[in-house]
Amino acid sequence: MNKILIVAEHDGSRLNPAIAKCVRCARDIPDANVTVLVLAADPAAVAAEAATINGVDAVVTVANPANAQALAATLAPQVAAVASGYSHVFGPSTTFGKDLMPRIAALLGAPQLSDVMAVESATRFRRPIYAGNAIVTVEVAAGTQLVATVRVASFEAAARGNATAPITAASLDVVLPSHTRFVSLSAARSDRPDLQTANRVISGGRAFGSADNFKILDGLATKLGAAVGASRAAVDAGYAASDMQVGQTGKIIAPELYMAFGISGAIQHLTGIKDARTIVAVNKDAEAPIFEIADYGLVGDVFQIIPELERLIG
Amino acid sequence: MNRILVAIKRVVDYNVRVRVKPDGTGVVTDGVKMSINPFDEIALEEALRIKEKGQAQEVVVVTIGPADCQQQLRTALAMGADRALHVQTDAVIEPLTAARIFKSLIDREQPMLAILGKQAIDDDCNQTGQMLSALWGRPQATFASKVEIGDGVATVTREIDAGLETLEIDLPAVITTDLRLNEPRYVKLPDIMKAKKKPLDVLEPAALGVTPSEQLKAIRYEPPPQRSKGVMVKDAQELVAALRSKGLIQ
Ligand SMILES: Cc1cc2nc3c(=O)[nH]c(=O)nc-3n(C[C@H](O)[C@H](O)[C@H](O)COP(=O)(O)OP(=O)(O)OC[C@H]3O[C@@H](n4cnc5c(N)ncnc54)[C@H](O)[C@@H]3O)c2cc1C
Repeated sequence: MNKILIVAEHDGSRLNPAIAKCVRCARDIPDANVTVLVLAADPAAVAAEAATINGVDAVVTVANPANAQALAATLAPQVAAVASGYSHVFGPSTTFGKDLMPRIAALLGAPQLSDVMAVESATRFRRPIYAGNAIVTVEVAAGTQLVATVRVASFEAAARGNATAPITAASLDVVLPSHTRFVSLSAARSDRPDLQTANRVISGGRAFGSADNFKILDGLATKLGAAVGASRAAVDAGYAASDMQVGQTGKIIAPELYMAFGISGAIQHLTGIKDARTIVAVNKDAEAPIFEIADYGLVGDVFQIIPELERLIG
Repeated sequence: MNRILVAIKRVVDYNVRVRVKPDGTGVVTDGVKMSINPFDEIALEEALRIKEKGQAQEVVVVTIGPADCQQQLRTALAMGADRALHVQTDAVIEPLTAARIFKSLIDREQPMLAILGKQAIDDDCNQTGQMLSALWGRPQATFASKVEIGDGVATVTREIDAGLETLEIDLPAVITTDLRLNEPRYVKLPDIMKAKKKPLDVLEPAALGVTPSEQLKAIRYEPPPQRSKGVMVKDAQELVAALRSKGLIQ
């Protein structure tokens, strides 16, 4: 049997949708037994949610006031204490997982695979490298404990069922460090869908020229019920917030519909949208590389096209 | 002495269109332009700025890899690093091995800060800094977009999925850089000349007590599935009609 431990990402009350995708990935491993580990100040609600995901065999909780913030230095030793006896330790390839999982791997002395996109066997996995320009198949020796982050855009979410996995509380005897302290989180409040899980995403690039101009995407986003993303150039220039960046070093997304406005299509951007079902590109340069991969391309000025689309979609 | 250790990696330049070798044994690197990993350049720039503010006295750059890596170390010295350490090896270096090597260098150098890029743009692993801080038992502040050094502490703003998170960490610590932390300086010609005289020490992993082990064997490399070019539409109306017919919008 392959025992897989998935470290739950949550906001204190709700499970991150990425976890149901990690469950699907874990279930692709033959003969898998899947446990979700919830570390929180009060894990009850999140654990109850995790227990209803199809394919979850057990939920383990660790309650500790120190877990109110997801600090890698605090969480990692707790996960490491639970992880012995598990063949695989998974987390999502979100900033939470990217920050935490390598710290766990080092404490366990285990190798880590980042951004697993496909499972070939319990010891063989595929992952993208070079901004997605190559896919490598990697084999770990049987019997080696493996830590991995799951590229969430590559997996469907496991569904929720009526059955509930058993929830058990673990009490750990681990000394937690005090050298890392949470100060604040500034999150742009938005009632738009979450960029990483939205069905529709519209993104803007350098073409917009200012933060004010970038706002013309808002009307269209509202009409489409879409999340708004951005290229690195738009974020660097201050038109959009950093958490809106799509690409190799931003968010990797897989919406049903992706619309890129005034984005040239640099490889680092494209790697973030390759799994989108349908890609639309609007750019005034007919030679822009984004047209090479777009399902629908339209040569035109974003300042003219966006209001037209908003009117037509009505 | 307040010292900053900066790890740099030689990688295929970000402008190169990387191709998989026809026999699937790797990617083409022969005759391809190599550079300092862009995130590591940002790490070095941040270290230099901290030093220029008088908050550190020495910036040491370190790399692990074959002899060719000295080109990137020389570039780093030209940017302003004070000295360089080259852990020379032709072995495949996995992130955990790199972290173990950096940890042993930390034991020798006793820096107040180790700054690394958040990921290398070749293997895109995003692991080494976090692993290093775990082995060191010290704080990590990953994906930094702002760093302020105080008295025995650093305040670091991090780019995370939810927005911008600020942490306070005790020093010594590990910081990994995100793109918006700074814009690295350009190297000037006289600095390249000066860099030739700066110290560059070569070490072997074994001398640091680390044996590189290959726990993750690359079996096969493949090009990614290609998206095919779609259709061009002539105006917004045609676009909306196409999306409607596919049921993508109402
Ligand atoms: C290490 C590294 C990591 C990176 N990571 C990322 C990443 O995660 N995500 C990312 O996006 N980039 C990333 N980049 C940057 C990437 O290489 C490109 O520089 C960036 O994506 C360009 O953004 P852009 O397309 O908005 O700007 P540009 O390339 O400048 O393109 C602007 C486009 O707008 C068009 N345009 C201008 N005006 C109009 C108009 N009025 N109407 C219509 N079209 C117009 C132009 O024709 C052009 O095609 C990274 C780079 C590096 C080195």
